[in-house]
Amino acid sequence: MVTFYINGLEVSVEEGSTLLEASRFFGFPIPTLCHMEGLSPYGACRLCVVEIGKAPNAKLVTSCTYPVEEGLQVRTASSRVVKARKMILELLLASCPQSKTIQDLASAYEIRQQRFKQEYEDCILCGRCVRMCEEQMAAKAIGFRGRGERRSLGTPFDLKSEVCRLCGACMYVCPACQLRCTFSSPEEAVCGGCANLSPPCLEKNSFDDMMCYMEPCVACEIKKD
Amino acid sequence: MDRLKSIDDFLILQNRLVANRDPRIPTLVIPAGTCGQASGANDLIRITKREILRRKWTDQIHLRITGCHGFCEMEPSVLVEPRRVFYPKIGPKDMVRIIEAVARDEVLEELFFVDQETNRRIEKQDEIPFFKKQIRTLLSFNEKVDPIRIYNYIENGGYLAMALAMAKVLLNNNPQYVVEEVKASGLRGRGGAGFHTGLKWELLERQTNGNGKFIICNADEGDPGAYMDRSLLEGNPHSIIEGMIIGAYGTGATDGIVYVRNEYPLAIKHLTIALRQARELGFLGEKILGTDFSFDIKLVKGAGAFVCGEETALIKSIEGKMGEPRQRPPYPVQKGLNGKPTIINNVETWANIPVIMRAGAKNFAKIGTEKNSGTKIFSLVGKIKNTGLVEVPMGMTLGEVVYGIGGGPAGNTEIKAVQTGGPSGGCIPASRFDLTIDYESLKGLGSIMGSGGMIVMDEHTCMVDVARYFMNFLKDESCGKCFTCRKGTQRMYEILDDIATGKGTLGSLDLLEELATTVKDTTLCGLGQTAPNPVLSTLRYFRNEYLEHIEHKRCPAGVCKELITYSINKNCTGCQVCLRACSAEAITGKKKELHAIDPDKCIKCGTCRSVCKFDAVNVR
Repeated sequence: MVTFYINGLEVSVEEGSTLLEASRFFGFPIPTLCHMEGLSPYGACRLCVVEIGKAPNAKLVTSCTYPVEEGLQVRTASSRVVKARKMILELLLASCPQSKTIQDLASAYEIRQQRFKQEYEDCILCGRCVRMCEEQMAAKAIGFRGRGERRSLGTPFDLKSEVCRLCGACMYVCPACQLRCTFSSPEEAVCGGCANLSPPCLEKNSFDDMMCYMEPCVACEIKKD
Repeated sequence: MDRLKSIDDFLILQNRLVANRDPRIPTLVIPAGTCGQASGANDLIRITKREILRRKWTDQIHLRITGCHGFCEMEPSVLVEPRRVFYPKIGPKDMVRIIEAVARDEVLEELFFVDQETNRRIEKQDEIPFFKKQIRTLLSFNEKVDPIRIYNYIENGGYLAMALAMAKVLLNNNPQYVVEEVKASGLRGRGGAGFHTGLKWELLERQTNGNGKFIICNADEGDPGAYMDRSLLEGNPHSIIEGMIIGAYGTGATDGIVYVRNEYPLAIKHLTIALRQARELGFLGEKILGTDFSFDIKLVKGAGAFVCGEETALIKSIEGKMGEPRQRPPYPVQKGLNGKPTIINNVETWANIPVIMRAGAKNFAKIGTEKNSGTKIFSLVGKIKNTGLVEVPMGMTLGEVVYGIGGGPAGNTEIKAVQTGGPSGGCIPASRFDLTIDYESLKGLGSIMGSGGMIVMDEHTCMVDVARYFMNFLKDESCGKCFTCRKGTQRMYEILDDIATGKGTLGSLDLLEELATTVKDTTLCGLGQTAPNPVLSTLRYFRNEYLEHIEHKRCPAGVCKELITYSINKNCTGCQVCLRACSAEAITGKKKELHAIDPDKCIKCGTCRSVCKFDAVNVR
């Protein structure tokens, strides 16, 4: 067992647990996007940052990937953490405003505006689908390609994958396109209160690069051209 | 070459090589690193070989082809030993004259280096201000050694440090000797972060889990404007090999890997040859010099991703996976390449190891300051008179490097700032040039030591444009794993681009600062954590330039194209040079009459300004 402190509370958890697991177990909420139970932690979305250590050497780390350490001081909601999360959510909203998950998170953190140029992307490259495909479905049909702003997700050479079994797990776990808000004009889509539960891909035609590897799509039965 | 079977064998070979050398024979030393070759050193080499063969002077004059000596501004250059006469910027015709003069034991005074300050001709290399103020413990080997001849390295004391270290460990039965010595030297990682090398080695030495430990040489140098590691690899690959052998011997590592980017073909070539020669002589492989110690080095070529210089990404790249950093802990020293304990050191760090072993830790620590021992190589580039590689002791002031060695601004302007540490570093304004160069004080100013790039900027450099340039580089070179790094660098670029094109508002400046702080805070690896440095440091020291762009839509340095206009003033003599040079045909005017620029046609390329001999083109 490892003993450490979350927001001043002394807690003991098993060695090898992550800060996220420990914090959630003891009832401290931490928002996540790329984390999913059953998949290996990846640390792509950075939403789950927590502050560790003492000033002036305190730093932010992603709780989903950081293992618990003896005597560690963890703060899950310090002003520095909240400020960082707010900026991350603002960036997410600016890039991917139609995601219900992101809208809800932004709403919970009281984001009322986003100050960047609005983009409409379908993917935040959180890598849930990649890990799902590799770790749970043992298919490795999709993966990351490129780096920096040209980083993208897909099958090798964008060809129809031979190892893909059309299980749809990639879509099922996606935090961005699952429960996509279908508000008719995307410019006004940031509402935070939309509870539209329409199935994915229904408005496929209005999104050019919808992340859908199914052919035909089981959810909406729209055949790819 | 026969495999050496004991330390004594090696010492006998070394003594024989030193005894056979005749230092009185004049030697033409031609630096032909990538920089030398680009400026024409290959022609000089060809001519020299031809002339010496044709006149049958092979016994009288020797030729040595080496890596870069550092004074890249003056290349192609020739150094004549033993008098150490330095001839800068030599053309093919001058080369023949130099060979003839050397044969007559004369010097050619008209080809000497001219000191622009005193207008004096300087004969000897060591008296030139550029060289005089340096302490060249590493770079001096680049002059002495032909990188593809191992005997050349050995006769200059090469591999002696390795043999001595082995002998001392065996004689005193003290396996800790190497690590202790490196620790006592106070050497800190030259890759940028400045972690104590000795501590790192000690951690590796103590690792006991599993069989097999790796040591890696990080030669994935990718900072724009920095080429220290390339020059070391090209000019003296054996010093890196020797350093790695000593490191492996001290820490019990079994395998070594040099990760070098494929953009360095000459470095790869020289290193491959050096590795083969070292293996043939028995410095690598099974039972090195008859001891129980076995070690070999492999070369891995990287595809040139900037992020692969980060240690965890580098390990992934060697493993054949996508070059993405991962969370530390576990640190590579606990779980590195293929899950085995691994340490990674920069090229320059490895090259310093033989120096420490030869001179002793105490003597090494005498150079530099207390917490920053030894010398550091910087690549001094940008708007400065003497560009090139300079090796200075730690603790020298920035001003001494820029003005004393670099010779001050290149044109008729003032130096405004120095950018250190590449895209991860920051800009240090001229008002802070009294600062000493060490890891702590650079960090205190919002910059970093980095691997040693130093880009000098003058009045004609726009700081907004500089920040934009680096952000453009980083948004392409971020691996893209962390959302904040990928999107953050993109958004910072977007805001900077807005400011540079006159679309920025005061609000965007606040947003930029806020975003930069968040990116610094929330990203995983060194790339992301230091990515906002160019923005934050320019905002800190050159905020007025940003404000000038935003409030008055003006670029004070005359760089940002959207905010400037070119015009011709009364100095114009009507020579029509600019008119002919203008690719947009925007300049009109008759001969010997005042010319004019049509602002609608002008593409603001600046060609007219650079061709004008009368200073008649204004930028506003």
